[in-house]
Amino acid sequence: MAETTYAAAVAATLAAAMRADERVVVLGEDVALGGPYLTTKGLAEEFGTARVVNTPISEAAICGVAIGAAQSGLRPVVEVMFIDFIGLALDQLVNGAAKAHFMSGGQLCVPMVLRTQGGAGQRGAAQHSQSLESWLTHVPGLKVVVPASAREVAALLPSAIADPNPVVVVESKALYFRHETLPDEGVSPEPLGRARVLRQGDDVTIVATSKMVHEAIEAAARLSEDGVEAEVIDPRTLVPFDLPTVADSVRRTGRLVVAHEAVQHGGFGAEIAAEVQEACFYDLDAPIVRVGAPFTPVPLSPSLEDAYVPGAAEILDGVRRVLG
Amino acid sequence: MPGGAAADPGSQALDAGGAERLLATMWRIRAFEERLEPLKRSSMVHGLTHLSIGQEAVAAGVCTQLRDDEPVYSNHRANGHALAKGVDMGRLLAELMGRADGCCRGLGGSMHVVDVAHGFLGATGVVGGNLPFAVGSALASRLLGRERPAVVFFGDGAAQTGIFAETVNLASLWQVPVVFVCENNGFAEFTPRSAHTRVERVSDLAAPFRVAARTVDGNDVAEVHRVFADALTQARAGGGPFLLECLTHRLSGHYVGDPGGYRAAVEDEAWRARDPIGRLVRQADAAGWFDVERSRAAEEAARDEVEAAVAFALGSPFPDPGIPAELTYAR
Repeated sequence: MAETTYAAAVAATLAAAMRADERVVVLGEDVALGGPYLTTKGLAEEFGTARVVNTPISEAAICGVAIGAAQSGLRPVVEVMFIDFIGLALDQLVNGAAKAHFMSGGQLCVPMVLRTQGGAGQRGAAQHSQSLESWLTHVPGLKVVVPASAREVAALLPSAIADPNPVVVVESKALYFRHETLPDEGVSPEPLGRARVLRQGDDVTIVATSKMVHEAIEAAARLSEDGVEAEVIDPRTLVPFDLPTVADSVRRTGRLVVAHEAVQHGGFGAEIAAEVQEACFYDLDAPIVRVGAPFTPVPLSPSLEDAYVPGAAEILDGVRRVLG
Repeated sequence: MPGGAAADPGSQALDAGGAERLLATMWRIRAFEERLEPLKRSSMVHGLTHLSIGQEAVAAGVCTQLRDDEPVYSNHRANGHALAKGVDMGRLLAELMGRADGCCRGLGGSMHVVDVAHGFLGATGVVGGNLPFAVGSALASRLLGRERPAVVFFGDGAAQTGIFAETVNLASLWQVPVVFVCENNGFAEFTPRSAHTRVERVSDLAAPFRVAARTVDGNDVAEVHRVFADALTQARAGGGPFLLECLTHRLSGHYVGDPGGYRAAVEDEAWRARDPIGRLVRQADAAGWFDVERSRAAEEAARDEVEAAVAFALGSPFPDPGIPAELTYAR
């Protein structure tokens, strides 16, 4: 078994993609130096700075360059260092990348990946801690992937790079240095749009994303001690969203808790709750409960931030509410 | 120098054949857009319709020199660029009418025209939004080992966007062969340039980024053609970026039906005297290439082509209702 971390898995997966396909290039701030979280470590040394392109702090233009390059034959992987800066690139992503195939009547494709990372818990304060993935899920034409582990990075990042559409991969800074063991034979690429059932149970379904997947597993272990068996599902991609897997589970358990680190208000959990109640309203035994962050910016002070970020305790509380 | 612009890309001096091609191109754009206005007012053309009447010399002087595999990115005022780059007039008009035979199957319309086969990689409805695409395209060509230039049109209004500065900086840093063609018509939508910036010329913005630039009379198609030919020759040889600013004037509103109150200050009459078509005819006459009769013939041919395009577009059905869902994602 191979020891790795989430960040190392990103770098290793990018390297494998670049070895396999010379059209794959990496662009972003400090990427040739490995980046602040070492997610591009070693790439410039192996592939040179023509393919691992350090850029100025110009998120909009970098994203636009990737769009133009993707339309002209490359498969660019752009890094936006923090998702908090995505606003700077959003016009390019939303009006450029997402709509090019559609507006051109299918003539153009934009096979690019935008990698970024979000999440709180690192004392980064309000402009370096957000979880803004739901913004991106609202844009037809984009796909949104939220890997929760090194394994999911290895399974999904190659599929994102191979996809003919613009794909945003939102990584988790809190997970970057989490140790993980992957099988020696490696992890095969898996298609986007398939959820993964991480734990089976018949009493309640917990749908959790990114860092909250691990919190949900912890909560499920504690629930099991009390005789409550939770099914834990990681959708892995928000767009496309694997409703059938979630709905099948909810039809069996009759209860659903949705957990993400993003602000609960307007978060993707609201979309999941709406889709599930439309699909299986008469199978529900209790209102769907959402677990997310409060509707305030992320505070700096450790005591305040620790209270702000949802975790296993909040998921447990949510499960108790749906169990009534 | 033998041969015209299209037959011998990169030739620098205009000759009779080249001048006739430019004349024909400008007349095609003029006739097309003059016909668009009533089609728009009678709701047969849909969406914001930005005309470039009076600015045809820039599109003609630039696009007719490019090969199909040399991409052009355009802005919201794209009809002229598209026609000059080779987009079929009937399919262009069908697109503006939202018909199934439009070059984008009726999904994009006038601000999003794309025709990959002719290297017309797209108009944009977001001012300045396409600027970095040209840098990306040129970068891709370089990395794929088939270095070729890219051209992007933008207006003077786009020079005030942040992405303009970001993009010019990247083009300079990477020394990619992008020709930035600014159509400075003095107005950003309804507001004169002087109210938006104290920078007199868009080309002034190139120097701090160490990008070569020229400002030309954008209503003199021969001058646009000559200066762009030089820029293109350098770009094809792998030179770095170049900014070509063309001073011009749109003789119509920002879009068909705009309030137009601001136009009292625009001095249309003075600019009409500098109409690029008339000027080319006078130059051709002086050079002994052709006279006004040749221009009338070119106009007539253009108007015939427009009527054929109208018939083609009106004969095309509206798109299948399943098309939007089918084309939201590439498969």
